[in-house]
Amino acid sequence: MWAWLHRLGSPKRFYGWSGTLARWAGWGSLLLGAAGLYYALFASPADYQQGESVRIMYVHVPAAWLSMFIYMNIAFASLTSLVWRIKVADMVAAASAPIGAWFTFLALATGSLWGKPMWGTWWIWDARLTSELILLFLYLGYIGLLAAIEERETAARAAAVLALVGVVNIPIIHYSVEWWSTLHQGATVTKLDKPSIDWTMLRPLLLMAFSATLFYVAVALRLARAELLRREADSQWVRALVDGHQGGGER
Amino acid sequence: MSLAHAWGALLRRDVILALRQRGQLANPLLFFVLVVALFPLGMNPDPNLLRSIAPGVIWVGALLAAMLALESMFRSDFDDGALEQMLLTPYPLPLLVLAKVAAHWLVTGLPLLLVAPLLAMLLNLEGQAVVILLASLALGTPLLSLIGAIGVALTVGLRRGGVLLSLLVLPLYVPVLIFAAGAVGNAQAGMAVTGQLAFLGALLALAVALAPLATAAALRISLD
Repeated sequence: MWAWLHRLGSPKRFYGWSGTLARWAGWGSLLLGAAGLYYALFASPADYQQGESVRIMYVHVPAAWLSMFIYMNIAFASLTSLVWRIKVADMVAAASAPIGAWFTFLALATGSLWGKPMWGTWWIWDARLTSELILLFLYLGYIGLLAAIEERETAARAAAVLALVGVVNIPIIHYSVEWWSTLHQGATVTKLDKPSIDWTMLRPLLLMAFSATLFYVAVALRLARAELLRREADSQWVRALVDGHQGGGER
Repeated sequence: MSLAHAWGALLRRDVILALRQRGQLANPLLFFVLVVALFPLGMNPDPNLLRSIAPGVIWVGALLAAMLALESMFRSDFDDGALEQMLLTPYPLPLLVLAKVAAHWLVTGLPLLLVAPLLAMLLNLEGQAVVILLASLALGTPLLSLIGAIGVALTVGLRRGGVLLSLLVLPLYVPVLIFAAGAVGNAQAGMAVTGQLAFLGALLALAVALAPLATAAALRISLD
C-alpha cells in the first residue's frame, strides 16, 4: 500500500496520471456546471420569501464549501509532504492555495451581494462571515510566505508548517468567533435556516458543488504539473518529455 | 550540563542580553501607550464612550505592541549564528525554544502588564475591570509570544519579514483578542468572567505544549 502510494507520488508517475485526471475533471466540471447552471437559473423555483435572489445560493454555498475543503486539503497535503517527504504533495498544496483564496473571496463577495437585499446590509459581524474573512487572511498569509522565500523547497516546507498551525487554529478561531458574536448580538439572528431544502433546489446546489470541486481538481493539478516541470527541469524524464514534444531530432 | 541547567542558562542569557539594550525594550512599550492614547484624540473623548471601547482598544494595542516586539526574538541570534549552535546542541530544541520564548515574554510581555493600569486610567476603566484586565494580560501575553514565535521562526531568514509576519500572526491572535477583551468587557458589565479566563488558560496550556514544537520545526526549516 505505502509502496504503491509512493510510486504514485513519484514526480514522473504523477505527471502521467495527473494529466489524465485533470482533463477528465475539467470536462466533468464543465458538464456538471452547465447542467447545474441550467437548473439553478431556469428549472428551479424562486424562494417564497427570498424571491429570485435565492439563486445566488447556487454559487455562494459551493464557494464556501470549497473554501474550507481546499484548506483542509492543503493541510493534509502539507502533512503528507512533511511526514512522508512526498514532493508532489507540497506542489499540490501550493497550487491549491490561490484557488482556495479565490473561492473564499467569492464566498464573501456573493454573500455580501446576497446580504444586501436579504438583510439590508453588505456586511454584518456574524460568526460565519467573520470566520470566513479570517480564513481569507490565513490563505493570504500562506501565499505570502510561499512567495517570500526564494528557495522553492524551503518555501514549501515552511508553508507546510504554517498550514498545519493554521488547521489546528481554525476550529479555535471558529468557535471563539461564534461565541463572541452570540455574546454581542444574540437577538438579531440573521443566519438563514433552511430546515429541509427541496429537491428542486438541492439538485442544482449539488451539481454546482461537484462542478466546483472538479474545477478545483482540474486547475490545481495543472498548476502542480507546471510547478513540477519547473522544479524538475534538469531531470532526465523532463528532458525526454521535451524532446518528444519537439518531434525528435528537430532541435 | 544537565537539561535544566542549560534551560536556565539560556533564559538568563536572553534576559541579560535584552536588559543591556534598554532602548529596544522601551520601544514596544511606548508604542503601546501611544496607540491607546491616540484613540481618545481621534474621537469624541466622552468618558462613557471611552469606557465602552477600552477593553478592545487596550487589547488591540497590546496585540500590536507584542507583534512589534516579536522580530527581536530570534533576529540577533540568527544574525550572529548563535541560533545554529542551539540547533546543534544535544538538548531538545522545543525546550530551548520555550526558554527563549519565556525570556522574551519576561522582557516584552511583562512590562505591558505594568503600564496597563495607567492606560486603564486614561480610558476611565475602573475597579474590578482593571483587575480582570491584568489577569487577561497575564494569561494572554504569554500566548501572544508563543504563537508569535512560530511566525518569527518561519520568517527569520527573510530580509523583510516584518509585514509578512503580521499577516501570518495576526489572524492566529483572534481568539486571544476575543476572549481577553470579552473578559474585561464582562467585568465592566458586572457579569461572570471565569468562562473567558478559563478559555485563555486552556489556550495557554495548549500553546505551551504545541507551539514550541511548531517553532522548532520552523527554525530547522529556516536554517536549512
